Amino acid sequence: MAKITNDEVDVVVVGLGWAGSLMSIELAQAGLKVRALERGGDRTNAETAYPKPADQYAYAVRNKIMVTPRDGALTVRHTAADTALPTRKWGAFVPGTGVGGSGLHWTGVLIRPTPTDIKLKTYADQAYKKGQLEAGMQIQDFPFTWDEIEPYLDFFDKVCGLSGNTGNLRGEIQPGGDPFEGPRSSPFPLPALKDTLNNKMFAEVATKLGYHPFPNPSANVSQAWTNPYGCQIAPCNYCGYCSKYPCLNYSKASPQTTVLDALKRMPNFSYRVNANVLKVELHPDGKTARGVTYADADNNEVFQPARIVVLAGFQFVNVRLMLLSGIGKQYDPRTGEGTIGRNYAFLSNGGATLFFKDKNFNPFATAGATGQMFNDISPGNFDGPGLGFIGGAKIHSSQATGTPIGTSLPKGTPGWGQGWKDGMQDWYGHSMKVSITTSCMSYRDHYVDLDPTYKDPWGQPLLRITFDWKQNELKLQQHLRKIVGDITRELGPDSYSEDFLSLDSHWDITKYVSTHNVGGAVMGDSPKTSALNKYLQSWDVHNVFVPGGNAFPQNFQANPTAMIGAISIMSARAIKDHYLKNPGPLVQA
Amino acid sequence: MSSLIALPALGVALHSLTAAEAADLAAPDLQAYKPEFFSGDEWKFVLAAVDRLIPAGGRGPGGLETNVPIFIDQQMHGDFGHDIYLEGPFDIHAPKELGYQIPYKPQDIYKKGIEATNAWCRAQNAGKNFWDLDAAGQDAVLTALQKNQADLAAHGETTMKASQFFGEMLSDSKNGYLSDPIYGGNKGMKAWIAIGFPGARASFHEWVTQHNVKYPLGPVSLKGLRA
Repeated sequence: MAKITNDEVDVVVVGLGWAGSLMSIELAQAGLKVRALERGGDRTNAETAYPKPADQYAYAVRNKIMVTPRDGALTVRHTAADTALPTRKWGAFVPGTGVGGSGLHWTGVLIRPTPTDIKLKTYADQAYKKGQLEAGMQIQDFPFTWDEIEPYLDFFDKVCGLSGNTGNLRGEIQPGGDPFEGPRSSPFPLPALKDTLNNKMFAEVATKLGYHPFPNPSANVSQAWTNPYGCQIAPCNYCGYCSKYPCLNYSKASPQTTVLDALKRMPNFSYRVNANVLKVELHPDGKTARGVTYADADNNEVFQPARIVVLAGFQFVNVRLMLLSGIGKQYDPRTGEGTIGRNYAFLSNGGATLFFKDKNFNPFATAGATGQMFNDISPGNFDGPGLGFIGGAKIHSSQATGTPIGTSLPKGTPGWGQGWKDGMQDWYGHSMKVSITTSCMSYRDHYVDLDPTYKDPWGQPLLRITFDWKQNELKLQQHLRKIVGDITRELGPDSYSEDFLSLDSHWDITKYVSTHNVGGAVMGDSPKTSALNKYLQSWDVHNVFVPGGNAFPQNFQANPTAMIGAISIMSARAIKDHYLKNPGPLVQA
Repeated sequence: MSSLIALPALGVALHSLTAAEAADLAAPDLQAYKPEFFSGDEWKFVLAAVDRLIPAGGRGPGGLETNVPIFIDQQMHGDFGHDIYLEGPFDIHAPKELGYQIPYKPQDIYKKGIEATNAWCRAQNAGKNFWDLDAAGQDAVLTALQKNQADLAAHGETTMKASQFFGEMLSDSKNGYLSDPIYGGNKGMKAWIAIGFPGARASFHEWVTQHNVKYPLGPVSLKGLRA
């Protein structure tokens, strides 16, 4: 393994997904010399032109644009008393890799958390009696107000060409949108996607039952859009290949379609692919970083000197790099001390599948984000305190894809043989789902650290997750089951099946949920309980910034991308406007 | 993914055929196919198993008619399973919620699963191999695998549960039946035609709002064939 040293840059960005692309373009626009290092390969638009992505087997079964478990495995255990075992195959979550990262394969649902979600601790202290919530719950507020973060959420909506109905414009509730959303400074850039049959049926029944449905806010754009970086996105043609696929029509907002086309034209930006960052190198005093070391495709060890290091990989990658590099102190669940690894959270989903003999849903005629949802069951909007748990869910009927492998069949249909064949013909295209996507609180004994046994192909320890379902989240599931049941009965299918967690469920890593893993290096007001300040700057090493889902102190019911985009842009602007003039901590501990 | 099957080029002679016939013809012939991964006896096992998992007759095409065994052979011959994390130590008794924990690649699952199942089958059926049993007998063996009632451990397979071998064959069979024909199965897109999936058409702007109207067009494949 040869040792190589690259030319120095102002900023090295680790990972070229949403966070890395946004940080790169914002900092390059300030005139800085920026270099991004991406562990996976390049992914150009030419490679994803029609019809190549229209291939369920390659993308959704064989995970063509995801990191392989061989290269990206973690270990998992339910409690600290167990021995963690590796994720030898992906199941519950599937992280991406390559240029564009998870921003290339996401479904495109671009929804914000509510103002209550970002101040959940404050809400909990006001709404719940002391001692009412589950012991060991460790929820925290995001370290900014709604008014502080909203301009960045708004900017990211415009980067993506957010399509949907405005619910709250500067405090005025708008018809057809989400009345529970936080006040927006400007309306949705584009109108909503068209509704499929299931959306319409779900929205009618939800309205009848007193809920407030609205179209899934979508980054699969409904009309042509030119974003603030000058990138153009084409109108969605409802091809049916979004989640786990790159967009074959240039219609889904991704780093490729919204940022990279502009960024790559900037002479002060460059990127390297197949560059797997192994470590952030610190100066001897440990207070600042001097660059990163990565393994290139030929397994050379390359040092990339830089004045600022941005860790913009997936949540797991960022937290693991902090631990491998000695940035901050490993969290210890026994003492509660240390912050790196603290407050890991996942999330749950579930729902009902409804079968209608006489309805053709044409499930392939869809966009990833087509659907209707309501936000009535999120914190502050229903009687969580009376029910004895905190959290909530978006309840939705989405039609994200119609590809045939894995088609749901009614209960009692044989899994193979003539009965299965008949079932496929009788029921393909005749079912719809009513689904939940839930929040997930953080707890003292849910965390990540480095595994003592298992190593990656570069000889470094895997990240270890300690996580299981808590009663708070399981009670929430049972409450949601009743609501989904009411909607299901009102829709009147010929039959239906249900999938919810029961009060004795354990985390099952074999069944896909989503890739909305969060926490581990959270943002907060105090270096005692957070790894990063409100600008995503490490409390311990001030020239290291860590944008990503790692910064969420717990998981809310909204999809994470809107918030990841917003906090990344807020961090980049703080670096431009303040850090460059006066390098040092942007918030005094 | 390296195991894309080479399809014969479509020449002028096909002009008199319908698109569906052309799509069917473009696929290799199962009888003439020489497996690249499976040995002779293994291939007999796979052909027999696929024929029961997705049988011929009734409504819709069967697994043999749609070349599902070719799909499985091509996958096993290619890089299937190279993406699995296979560093030890292994705990084969791990809770089921922690998923795949055996030191096998899919290729090992088939080789070892077929050998042990066939040995168990011979012991149960007076020396008859799995492929020599009648349909009901084969169904009984597959059911015993699925329910972990086949004692593979007694025939040398102590690492893998019978249900795991069964599950791998079943999911691969369904994948081969329902994937694009580029991977060797779903011959002539017959499985897609049967269920009404339009394949790689991937443009439905005019169809999203046509509610409860059955989509009228047949599938197209990644190679642009229509059926």
